[in-house]
Amino acid sequence: MHMADALVAPAVAGTLYICSTTAAAYSIKQVRLDTDTKKVPVMGVMGAFVFAAQMINFTVPGTGSSGHLCGGMLLSALLGPYAGFMAMIGVLFVQCLLFGDGGLLALGCNIWNMAFYGCFIGALLIWKPMMRSGVSKTKITAASIIGCVLTLQLGAFSVAVETFVSGITELPFVTFIAAMLPIHLAIGFVEGLITAAVLLFVYEARPELLFCHCETERKDGRFSFKNTLVILAATSVLIGGVLSLTASSYPDGLEWSIERLTGTTQLEATGEIQKAAGSVQEFTSLLPDYGFKGSESELGTAFSGIVGGLVVVIVCVGICYIFKFFRKKKRHE
Amino acid sequence: MSKINNAIYEIHAIDALASKDRWVNRIHPLVKLIITVVYILAVVSFPKYDVIGLAGMVIYPIAVFMLSELSFWDSLRRLRVVLPFVCLIGILNPLLDKNTVLIAGTEISAGVLSMITLIIKGIFSVLASYLLIATTSIEKLCYALRLLHIPKVMITQFLLTYRYITVLLEEVNRITQAYSLRAPGQKGVQFKVWGSLTGQLLLRSMDRANNVYENMLLRGYQGDFMHMRERIAFRWHDMIYFLFWASMILLFRMYPVMWIIGNLIGGMLA
Repeated sequence: MHMADALVAPAVAGTLYICSTTAAAYSIKQVRLDTDTKKVPVMGVMGAFVFAAQMINFTVPGTGSSGHLCGGMLLSALLGPYAGFMAMIGVLFVQCLLFGDGGLLALGCNIWNMAFYGCFIGALLIWKPMMRSGVSKTKITAASIIGCVLTLQLGAFSVAVETFVSGITELPFVTFIAAMLPIHLAIGFVEGLITAAVLLFVYEARPELLFCHCETERKDGRFSFKNTLVILAATSVLIGGVLSLTASSYPDGLEWSIERLTGTTQLEATGEIQKAAGSVQEFTSLLPDYGFKGSESELGTAFSGIVGGLVVVIVCVGICYIFKFFRKKKRHE
Repeated sequence: MSKINNAIYEIHAIDALASKDRWVNRIHPLVKLIITVVYILAVVSFPKYDVIGLAGMVIYPIAVFMLSELSFWDSLRRLRVVLPFVCLIGILNPLLDKNTVLIAGTEISAGVLSMITLIIKGIFSVLASYLLIATTSIEKLCYALRLLHIPKVMITQFLLTYRYITVLLEEVNRITQAYSLRAPGQKGVQFKVWGSLTGQLLLRSMDRANNVYENMLLRGYQGDFMHMRERIAFRWHDMIYFLFWASMILLFRMYPVMWIIGNLIGGMLA
C-alpha cells in the first residue's frame, strides 16, 4: 500500500502533504494540550513496536497465506487518534528513509492513506462511538474488523485516486478501483482479525491501556459528537470533491472508448485540473516533444540521445574522478 | 525469520555508512535534504514520454555514488520494495496506450515509452533517497528538519522510533525464533496464539516505554533532546554544493542536455 515517488505527480504530492500536515498540526496541538509528557516516549516506542510487529507472519486458518497487523487501528485503540497518528507518521518516515518503502515525495500521500484513515476515521468514527457505553470482547472484535476493513478500503481508494489524478496509469479509473478494492477487502478482514486478537489480549491483561476505557467510566463525552460530525463532513466534502474532479475529467471510461471509436489517437484532457496541469507542464518544459515528432535531424533522435547521454555520463564520471584525485592529494598533504 | 534479520542488518549497514567521515557526509544535512527533494520533484515532473530528458537526470546518482564511495549494488536491494508495484502499474500502459510516437523514423508504442519513464522515475527517486540516508545520519536529518521548523514533538518521535526499531526487531526475532523452534514446520504464527504472542510483546514494549521515559526524566528530559541544540555550521562549500546541484538539476530539467550534446557531436561528425 506504500506509494512510491514515481506514482505521484508533484501537484498531487503537494496537495496531500498539505492535508497531512494540517492533520499533524492538529494532532500535535491535541497532544500538547494533554499535559502528560509521558505520551511522547510511549508514542516513539509504540511506533517501533508496530514496525517490528508487522514483521511477524500470522497464518490465516483455512488458507495457505499469511497476514500482518494493522498499525493505524492498533495504535489509535491504544494511544488515541492524535498520539496514534503521530506514532504512525514516525513509522512511515522511518520506513521511507531506511527501507525505501514509499518515498520522500509520496510521504504526504502515505501518511494520508494509511495513518489518517487508520487513526482519525478508525478511532474517532468507529472505535470511540462503539466503546462509549462500555467495552466488551464482542465490541473490540467488531470495531477492529470494521475499522480495519473501512480504513483499508479508504486507503486503497485514495491510492487509486492519487495514481489516476497523477496521470501515471492508462488504466480506466473504474477498472483500477475494481482491482484495488476487493483485494484490500480481504486483507482488511484478516488484519482486523489479527488486530482484534491483540487488543482482546490487552483487554484481558491490562484493560486500562485501551483508549476510551477510562473515559467511559468518567462518562466524559465532551467533544466526541461534534468532532465526529466535523470529521464526517470534512471527509464527505473531501471524497465528494475528489470524486467530482475525477468525474469531470473522466466520467466513466465511456469517453475513452468513444475516442477509440472515432479514431483519435490523442486523448483529450477535458477536466479543469488537467488543463491547469497541462499549462504548468508546458511552462516547465521548454521543448516538450523534442525527442519524437519535431526532430528533423539526419542522424536521428535516438542516435543524438545515446551519444549525448554517453558524453554526459563520461564527463560526469571524469569530473568526479578529478575531484576525488584532488581531494586525496589534499588529504595526503 | 530472515526478513527480520535482513531489516536489522539494513539498519546497521545504513547507520555505519552514514557515520563515516567522508566529504559528502560532511555536507550540511539541510542542503542534502533540499537537493534530494528538488531532484525527486524534477524527476517525477518529467512528461511521461520524455525518456531522453529523464535519462539525463542520471548524473546526480552517478556523481554522488562516486563521491560518497557507496556500493551501487547494495542500493539495488532497496528497489525490491517499491519497484514491483511501480512495474505492475506501468506494465499495463503498453497494452492500454496504443498511440505511437516517431523516433528516428521508426514507430514506437507510446505505452512502452511511458512504462520505461515510470520505471526510471521509480529507480531514480529510490536511489536519491538512499543516497541521502546513506550519507546523512538520522540525527543530522532530524536537525535539518528542525531547521525547517518541524515541531520538536515530531522530531523526538522520529528519533525514538528509529532508536527503538532495532531493539524491538531483535525482540521480535527472539520471540519468533523461540516459536518456530517449538512449532517446527509452520509457515507463520497460528491463529490460537495471535493475541497472546503479539500481546506479550506489546505489554513488554509499553513497560519498556515507561522505563525509557523515567530514565529520560532522570537525565533531565524536558521535551526535546539536548544534542539538537548543537549547531552544525554552514560552510561556504555547502553553499557551492547546493548552488551547483540546484543549477544542474534545473538545467537538465529544462533542456534536453543529452540530446543537444549528441546533436552537436553528430553535426561535427557530419
